[in-house]
Amino acid sequence: MENIKETPLHSRHVALGAQMSPFAGYDMPIQYKGIVEEHNAVRNACGVFDVSHMGEVTVRGAEAEMFVNRIFTNDVSSIPEGKIAYGMMCHPHGGVVDDLLVYKYSRNEYLLVINAANIAKDVAWIKANAAGFAVEVVDVSDSFAQIAVQGPGAEAVMAEVLGLSYPDMAFYTFEETDTYGERLIVSRTGYTGEDGFELYGSPALICALWDKLIASGKAEPCGLGCRDTLRFEVGLPLYGDELSDDITPLEAGLGIFVKFDKEGGFIGRKALEKMKEDGVPRKLVGLEIGDRAIARHGYEVLDAEGNLIGHITTGYRGISVDKSIAAALIESPFAAKGTEVQVKIRRKCFPATVTAKKFYKKSYKA
Amino acid sequence: MKTYYLPSHEYIRTDGTKGFIGITDYAQKALGNIVYVDMPEQGDDVAAGEEFGAVESVKAASDLYSPVSGVVTEVNEALVDNPRLLNEDPVGNWIIQVELSDPSELEGLMDEEAYLASLK
Repeated sequence: MENIKETPLHSRHVALGAQMSPFAGYDMPIQYKGIVEEHNAVRNACGVFDVSHMGEVTVRGAEAEMFVNRIFTNDVSSIPEGKIAYGMMCHPHGGVVDDLLVYKYSRNEYLLVINAANIAKDVAWIKANAAGFAVEVVDVSDSFAQIAVQGPGAEAVMAEVLGLSYPDMAFYTFEETDTYGERLIVSRTGYTGEDGFELYGSPALICALWDKLIASGKAEPCGLGCRDTLRFEVGLPLYGDELSDDITPLEAGLGIFVKFDKEGGFIGRKALEKMKEDGVPRKLVGLEIGDRAIARHGYEVLDAEGNLIGHITTGYRGISVDKSIAAALIESPFAAKGTEVQVKIRRKCFPATVTAKKFYKKSYKA
Repeated sequence: MKTYYLPSHEYIRTDGTKGFIGITDYAQKALGNIVYVDMPEQGDDVAAGEEFGAVESVKAASDLYSPVSGVVTEVNEALVDNPRLLNEDPVGNWIIQVELSDPSELEGLMDEEAYLASLK
């Protein structure tokens, strides 16, 4: 990959001895002490992640609300200011351009948080679709750094170490604060299945907050390795694995974030409605492998007779769940829980059972 | 007994006819927590430079390459239920034992000095 970028926290990761690797065009920390230790820190206490690679786009203007609703599967007209909505942007054929969070400042101003790997594609797509709407779309990715403070201890660590006390903030809401003399977005969100916060601010401010957290010893530095094991165990999708230009939200089991009935419709609605009527051809399921062998992304899933019925999207030896588990996109007739299938792992086929794709219970703040 | 290495971090400890094949300490550190070892069966053939199994860490699967050609005479069954042994003592816990079919292949491998230098 050409021109690997660095986040503002890069030198700190290197100084902490992190194993660094390119991810979505950025040289990112994969792990510091180890994926298992970091994963458990987030499940049981508190961890902090550098997620500055994520992209941010502002949409402002008289028709901002109408426009965001046009490109987004969820409904932002029905949520109050200060609320965050999760959903997808879809192609006219129903495949997913990206999954994202939409922060509602007002009917005239939204902040879209998108996947790092998709920034260029998304910005081009959003701008192309903005023609004719009274909106201004600006990619502000480079002006924001971002950290995620995650785990059952996150609320206390934020208050004690950072002086950011938000005991009453509800999940999927946000506020701006000038506690540090400049703009800081505090958002009760995350990608781990645990309670936690995401903080967006200038690179200098986010570096200062990271330093305080690390110096306190109360937040374990966590890499992208455990970010993936954590999100996978609770059934959260990763674009590129469970979602893609060729996978629809319905296939990925994300239908509750698709609001067919909202005013004005949205790009991809017709195709998704048709898929809903005709029957969803493939479904994302969980698999439990009856062996220690691990099914990785791209491995083939076969029916009991050995016919190809789909592929693995993500697979791990679970950490909070001590089993070989995977997510797979397979033909719908095989998607019922309890169905016996097989997974081809290198030379051999292993029996597997279809399960729910959530292997571990989320513990979000009510 | 002398130990030889592949650039892909497998070793063979051998007297010239029989050998113990495993992964180096450098490899186990780079992999992190090892959670599964995919091994061939006793009696299987292995070929120099070709894949004979895999080690899985939490992160990913890494193929194992054989330093020599030969026949598998024993696999380390302890690794089936306790793959972490490879993290604890990768040299003591070899993965397979082989009978070498062509000991001259050893000449093409790195010795300890060359391997350690390659890590610098």
